[in-house]
Amino acid sequence: MEPAEIISHTGGVIGAGWLLIALPLLGAAVLLLGGRRTDKWGHFLGVALAVASFVVAVLAFVQLLGFAPGERRRGVALYEFIPGVANMGLLIDPLSISFALLITGVGSLIHIYSIGYMSHDTDRRRFFGYLNLFVAAMLLLVLADNYVALFIGWEGVGLASYLLIGFWQYKPSAATAAKKAFVVNRVGDFGLLIAIFIMFSTFGSVAFADVFPKAGGASAGTLTAIGLLLLLGACGKSAQLPLQSWLLDAMEGPTPVSALIHAATMVTAGVYLVVRSGAAFFPADSTASLVVTIVGVATLLAGAIIGTAKDDIKKALAGSTMSQIGYMMLAAGLGVAGYAFAIAHLITHGFFKANLFLGAGSVMHGMNDEVDMRKYGGLRSLMPITFVTFLIGYLAIIGFPLLSGYFTKDGIIETAMEHSAILGWLAVIGAGITGFYMSRLVFMTFFGERRWAADAHPHESPSVMTWPLIVLSIGSIGLGGYLILSNRLMVFLGPAVGQPEELPAFHFFSPVGLATLALVALGAAYAWLKYGRAEVPAVAPRGSFLTTFARRDLYGDALNEALFMRPGQWLTRLAVFFDNRGIDGVVNGLAAGIGGTSGRLRRIQTGYVRSYALSIFIGAAVLAGAWFVVGTL
Amino acid sequence: MPWLSILMGVSVLGALGVAFIKDDRLAKQATLVVSLVVLALTVAMAVQFSPNGDRFQFAETYDWIPAFGVHYAVAVDGVALVLILLSAVLVPIVVLASWHEAEAGKRSVRTYFALLLVLEAMMIGVFAATDVFLFYVFFEAMLIPMYFMIGSYGGAQRSYAAVKFLLYSLFGGLLMLVAVIALYTVAGKNSFLFTDLLGAIKDPTTQKWLFLGFFIAFAIKAPLWPFHTWLPDAAAQAPAGAAVLLVGVLDKVGTYGMLRFCLELFPEASKWATPVVIALAVIGIVYGAIVAIGQTDIKRLIAYTSISHFGFIAMGVFAMTTNAASGATLYMVNHGFSTGALFLIAGFLIYRRGSQFIDDYGGVQKVAPILAGTFLVAGLSSLSLPGLSPFVSEFLVLTGTFQRYAVPAVIAATGVILAAVYILWMYQRTMNGPTAEAVQGMKDLNHRERWVLIPLIALIIGLGFFPKPMLDVINPAVKETLTNVSVTDPAPAIAKEGQ
Repeated sequence: MEPAEIISHTGGVIGAGWLLIALPLLGAAVLLLGGRRTDKWGHFLGVALAVASFVVAVLAFVQLLGFAPGERRRGVALYEFIPGVANMGLLIDPLSISFALLITGVGSLIHIYSIGYMSHDTDRRRFFGYLNLFVAAMLLLVLADNYVALFIGWEGVGLASYLLIGFWQYKPSAATAAKKAFVVNRVGDFGLLIAIFIMFSTFGSVAFADVFPKAGGASAGTLTAIGLLLLLGACGKSAQLPLQSWLLDAMEGPTPVSALIHAATMVTAGVYLVVRSGAAFFPADSTASLVVTIVGVATLLAGAIIGTAKDDIKKALAGSTMSQIGYMMLAAGLGVAGYAFAIAHLITHGFFKANLFLGAGSVMHGMNDEVDMRKYGGLRSLMPITFVTFLIGYLAIIGFPLLSGYFTKDGIIETAMEHSAILGWLAVIGAGITGFYMSRLVFMTFFGERRWAADAHPHESPSVMTWPLIVLSIGSIGLGGYLILSNRLMVFLGPAVGQPEELPAFHFFSPVGLATLALVALGAAYAWLKYGRAEVPAVAPRGSFLTTFARRDLYGDALNEALFMRPGQWLTRLAVFFDNRGIDGVVNGLAAGIGGTSGRLRRIQTGYVRSYALSIFIGAAVLAGAWFVVGTL
Repeated sequence: MPWLSILMGVSVLGALGVAFIKDDRLAKQATLVVSLVVLALTVAMAVQFSPNGDRFQFAETYDWIPAFGVHYAVAVDGVALVLILLSAVLVPIVVLASWHEAEAGKRSVRTYFALLLVLEAMMIGVFAATDVFLFYVFFEAMLIPMYFMIGSYGGAQRSYAAVKFLLYSLFGGLLMLVAVIALYTVAGKNSFLFTDLLGAIKDPTTQKWLFLGFFIAFAIKAPLWPFHTWLPDAAAQAPAGAAVLLVGVLDKVGTYGMLRFCLELFPEASKWATPVVIALAVIGIVYGAIVAIGQTDIKRLIAYTSISHFGFIAMGVFAMTTNAASGATLYMVNHGFSTGALFLIAGFLIYRRGSQFIDDYGGVQKVAPILAGTFLVAGLSSLSLPGLSPFVSEFLVLTGTFQRYAVPAVIAATGVILAAVYILWMYQRTMNGPTAEAVQGMKDLNHRERWVLIPLIALIIGLGFFPKPMLDVINPAVKETLTNVSVTDPAPAIAKEGQ
């Protein structure tokens, strides 16, 4: 089934859909412009507006359900933005409303959690201002009805990410990580921009409603170019190979930021872009979609391998995020059969990964902001709520039967397997590695010896932080089954992204599923042997070449430095030298030559206005004469 | 109403008045009032402009030197109007920002402010002139107040910078004067009026020579690579306020001249030169950005970013599509606000610390968060963050250029990545990290400084989301220009569904 037509819409909550964006934007404006005056109540305003936006999203969702499935793509025109090029408008359809619910829902929980987590920070108000700004930009990204408005949201979330990674900007490492994230993302944005240029010059429009129906008429080369350039953009935002390097550094930001932006929502924008553009620019079996699947598989393995070697709890989770988004990307590259699984995994991942990150934050909160898991151990009895909710998130991500991840990841693996056995088995191996690194993380943190620093007094976090954990862990348990069984999400998304002629049936314990479970169990068992039963050394052992490879993020940074940064520095120095000596030197020399000696030049320079005017006219006369002479020859 | 003459008259009379006010404080206040009156009048004029009416509005034409067909002729089209608006908005902001700037100068404070108003009159005149000779006169005369503002009130190497600025400009001016006279002679209409000279030069070879005379003058003024080396010196040595007007308005006369005079008077020659100009523009975009990354002086860094930005404007002008040319025109305005804000905030920063070197700063965000925040917003506008006004113009320039010249547009778009590097790296080194010792106790922006930046930032954000009012004025004028050059926009390959 092809995606349905977009129906222009006014009235009702959907007609007022701009409120979704405007409410958090208002919060950002008040909190960032209001200054210290708003310190006392700023965080409450931030939370209230995030929740209000969630309420609007729910109401719009309800209104959308009231329409027949084929009429659930509603275009809401707002205003003329750049005449002749792009208008500001929203597309509220099953795909965008799913994102809006995730962003505002999980976003609200993380706002609430942050009240507690950031309570000791003197700049808490600014933090909430940035969070609100992020929510507004992210909603514009997913709700926009054209690529230019999408791009505003796209770079807007990049800005929020920059501001929040560098929130503790007085730390040089945080400032550097923030800048790196922005610059690497700009490399991706460059691709997205060029894709938009090609669309405009090919189709004369950037609106989804114009571009998608016309895409079929374009040449295969044009479509592939657009697809690959969109993918470059997606790789930047979603930290996929080869633009993955910024995400691990991004963990310099406060933990709620890592949960909201760098796990649950922003980093999945690349998946959104591919799925949104899928029917037009990533048709099944096209070159572009093949490259998407390759990028997805490569990243899901790379992220998982990085995750195995990190002792920093946040960086281990960041590797895991890369890996899980790799799964989504893989599914998004499989065409119409994969979209619903990509989005389902995106949604459940939003819950269980936010759950895990906030859990990690809760641990850090109780451990004086320690992030080294070698200094954790045996925390389960002291942080019971954090432990139980974390355990649920853990079981969900490794695909423990009947929890969320089990359904959504299995859907991706099965679909990939049907498409290509290589892709399928690589995804299975990735699941096995996930079983290992996530178990390692849980054992090192909550089990085994207490390896704490002398001044650590671990304690459970306040209820403003544990309640969001509880809500998220409920999603981690049940959401996957709800979305996948009887193809609920696939049927719901059908009008927006298309759906396969034959709906897949979910088989509990299929052969592939059993193989996956066996590998996961193997990974977990190996982790138990190394980190559960055995003692965890306080200093990381040197490890083999492979361990070093994983610890150094597969040499991604080293590669970037050798290929881009160092040559770039040389080029810059060379250009500055050339500019000072080369061009300027030639021009100064010429000037001196024309003026005769430099002494005469100086005399001319220090004269009065009258002599300047005189020199203009004398010079002009000479040149005019020369021109006439040349002209008559 | 002779709006344009009134605008210039008020500025000149204001300048005369200010020059005779003995009390410095009073002189400053008077300057501020005069510039605000000019702004109010300009806005009143702009409101009456009808975008889809005659091309030239508020026209006044009087004989000046009848023997040679020289007129005092002024009028505005959409392009000139938005540039006059830009000038009128920037002057009061610069006046307020320059409150203490002239105190260390070689000449009196009141002279500085009188020069500012003289300069304002000339900026209005140069954009309004519809007589080519009159345009030339303003083009050259503008140099004089700016020369004194740099040479008498600038930094340590002000004399060198001022003379370099003057010599470069004079050299360009000379070439243009030759071309102006030759244009008059060859056209044989006994008139310097722009409308009389349109289409007057038919011979392709003559067109090429005359084009070169105008173009080199404009390329130096803009400045386009490789004619740019005077700008970093001038901008770094000029007082911040003068730097704003120099880079924000005076340099735009170059790109404005390309659009108005080069393209329309010499259409065939312009097309002949397009490959070279686009190549120079693209080199300038990338080169300016790379050299900016390597700068150690804040003001020089901003100057080099402008060289990169002028490459975008020139590329947009010569791509000859409606989107590119409208984008280039809007770029001239937005760049004035964005770079203006950058220079002014850099000026506030340098005034506090007494150094232009990036390495002398660090951690300012902690002690002066408002200053740092405004610097970040201005910086983000310079790297064309969507939602801020320069994005719209850069996007239009790139989209419009891509429609005709895909490869140059793609190379130029790498400037988007480089811009992130030069801005954010400068921001990191000055504002982030541990607070440098010399920066400890630095005061945040005071009320006057905040009021300097509030209108600029409001415009940058407002025009970022609502550029339509500006584009509605610019688009018809640009279309007129492109019609005179007889080019049409390339049609999209797939205009209808199912093709």
